Amino acid sequence: MMTDTDITSPVMDGMGPHGTKVGLLRVLGPAHVWALGVGIVLVGEYMGWNFAVGKGGAYAALIACWFAGILYTCVAMIDSEVTSTVAAAGGQYTQAKHIVGPLMAFNVGLYLVFAYTMLEAANAITAGYLFFVVAQMSGHAGDLDQRPFIILVIMFLAWLNYRGVLATLTFNLVITAIAFVAILVLFVSTSGILGGGIMQHAALFEGHELPYGWIGVLAAMHFGLWYYLGIEGTTQAAEEVRSPARALPFGTLAGIMTLLIAATLTWYICSGVLPWEFLGDGVNGAVAPLFSTAQLAGSTGLVWLLGFGTLFATLASANGCINDASRAWFAMGRDKYLPGWFGAVHPKYRTPYRSIVFLVPIALIFALGAPLDQVITFSILSGLLEYTFMPLNIIMFRKKWPLNSIKRGYEHPFHPLPALTLLALCGITFFAVFLGYGTQLVAMIGFYIVVSLWFHFWRYRFVNRGTQFTMPWPKPQGY
Amino acid sequence: MAHYEPPKQGKASQLIDVIVLVILTVGALFVPLWMGMAGAAKTVAAPIENATWEALGQTPAQAAQYEALGYTPESAHDLILARFDYSFSVGALVAMVVVILLYYFLILRFSDIEYREVISEKFGQK
Repeated sequence: MMTDTDITSPVMDGMGPHGTKVGLLRVLGPAHVWALGVGIVLVGEYMGWNFAVGKGGAYAALIACWFAGILYTCVAMIDSEVTSTVAAAGGQYTQAKHIVGPLMAFNVGLYLVFAYTMLEAANAITAGYLFFVVAQMSGHAGDLDQRPFIILVIMFLAWLNYRGVLATLTFNLVITAIAFVAILVLFVSTSGILGGGIMQHAALFEGHELPYGWIGVLAAMHFGLWYYLGIEGTTQAAEEVRSPARALPFGTLAGIMTLLIAATLTWYICSGVLPWEFLGDGVNGAVAPLFSTAQLAGSTGLVWLLGFGTLFATLASANGCINDASRAWFAMGRDKYLPGWFGAVHPKYRTPYRSIVFLVPIALIFALGAPLDQVITFSILSGLLEYTFMPLNIIMFRKKWPLNSIKRGYEHPFHPLPALTLLALCGITFFAVFLGYGTQLVAMIGFYIVVSLWFHFWRYRFVNRGTQFTMPWPKPQGY
Repeated sequence: MAHYEPPKQGKASQLIDVIVLVILTVGALFVPLWMGMAGAAKTVAAPIENATWEALGQTPAQAAQYEALGYTPESAHDLILARFDYSFSVGALVAMVVVILLYYFLILRFSDIEYREVISEKFGQK
C-alpha cells in the first residue's frame, strides 16, 4: 500500500488529479514557489504592517511581529506537510476537500479568493498612490487621478497571468528580489554598517514604550498578520510545479525564513527613524514607511530605490494574488462547487483563463470603491478564518492517514504542538480583531454562515460525490 | 452507496448562481461599510490649545524627527494625540465567541455528512 501512495516517487511526484498528467502546465521550480510566496507578502513590509505600531506602540508591533512569525511558521510547517501530498491546484481548498469535507472546502475556497482579491485590490490602490507621489516628485503640479493607474495595474497583471504562469512567476521572481534587496540596502545604509547610522530607538521610544499597556500588544496582533499574510499561497502552485513533493516544502519554508528576516529588519529600520505616532498612522502618517524612512536618510538614491522597491512589491503581490485567487476559483469550478464554466483551461496557454478574467471586475469594484484600511481588514479576516481551519485540517489528516499510510514529501515535527500553538494564536488574533473590528467580524461570519447554507442545501446537488476525491490515497481510517 | 448522478445545470441557472455569489460577496464588504459598522476610529480625548512639542509629550529628539518630516506642533497635534478606545463589554465578547464556535460547528457537522457520502462512493462501504 505504501508503494502505491508514495507521492515522492519518480512515478507519482507531480501526478495530477485522478492520477493523470493532464491539467495545468508543470513548469515551475522551488525558486518560483519562493517568489510566489514572498512576492505576495513582501508588500506587507512596505505598507500596512505599521498599523500595528498605531495599535500598541513600537514594542507592541515587534512582539506582534514575532508572535505572528510563530503563527506563520506553524502555518508553513503544517501546509508544507499536507501540500507535499496534494499535487493539485487550489491549495488549502483541495486539502480541505480531501481531509475535512466539501462544505469546509467551499468555505476555504472563498477565504482564499477573498483574501487574495482584497489584497490585490489593496496593492492596486497603493500602486496608484505611488504613481501620484512619483508624479509630484517629478514636478507635476495639481492633482493626479489615480484611478486609471489602478485599472491599468490590474488589467496588465491579469493579462500576464492569462498568457502563462512561467512568465508571470519569472516576472515575480525578478521584482521580488529587487524589492527584498532594497530593504537590505536601506538597512546597511541607515544602521551604521556603511557610513553614519541614523537609528535612535532609545530616544524615540522614551516615554512611549507601551502607550496602551499590554492590551495594546494584543491589539497589535491584528495587523501583525500583515507582515506575513499570503505566504500560504505557495500551495496554489501545486499543480504547476515540476516536483511538488520537493519544491513546495522547500519554497514555502525558505519563504517564511526570508519574511521573518525582512519583517524584523523593517521594524528595526522604521522604528529607529520615525516617531511611533507618525509610523503607526498608515492613512495620515506613514503610508509607505520604508519609503518615508528613506526620505529622512538624506540620500536621493535611497529615496528612488525604496520608491521602486515599494512599487515592485505591490506589483509582485498583486500578480501573485491574481495567480492564487484564480487557481482557487478554477479548482472550485472544476469540481462544480461553482458553475463548471470556470473550470476550463486555456487550450494554448494552459492557464485557468476564465477564472482570471472573471475576477478582474471583482478586484476593480473593491480597488475603486472601498477605502484601503477596510480592504486590508477584509483580507486579514479571511486569512484568519483560513488559519483557524489549518490546525483542524492537520489533526484530521494525521488521524485519517497516519504517517505509515502515506509517505509525505515533508513531515512536520512535534505534532500536535504546532497545530495547538496555531489554534491558540488564532484565538488571540480573533480577540485583537474584536477590539477594533468586532462588529465587522461578526457580520462577515454571518455572511459565511449564509453562503454555507446556500451551498449545502442548493449548490451541492450539482456536485459529483465520489469523483471529488482525486488523490491516489488509500481509504481514510475510521470510515 | 448507490452512485449519485448530479443533475445537469443549465446555463441560466449557472448564471443565477454566479450573480447570487457576486451579490453576497460584494455585500459582505459593502454592507458593513454602509451601515457604519466597519472599524474603530481614533479620537483625540483632550485637545491642547497652542500646542508645543513639550505639551504634546515629545522629547527634543522626537520633535526633531517630526520637524524633519515637515510637521509643526499644530499640524502634528491630531496625529500625536489621537488614540483608540479598547473598552468592550463582556456580553459582546461572549457573542463573538458563540458566533465563531457556531460557525465552525455548522461547517464541520455538514462537511462530515457530505464527506461520508464521498468516501462511501469512492471506496465503497466499510
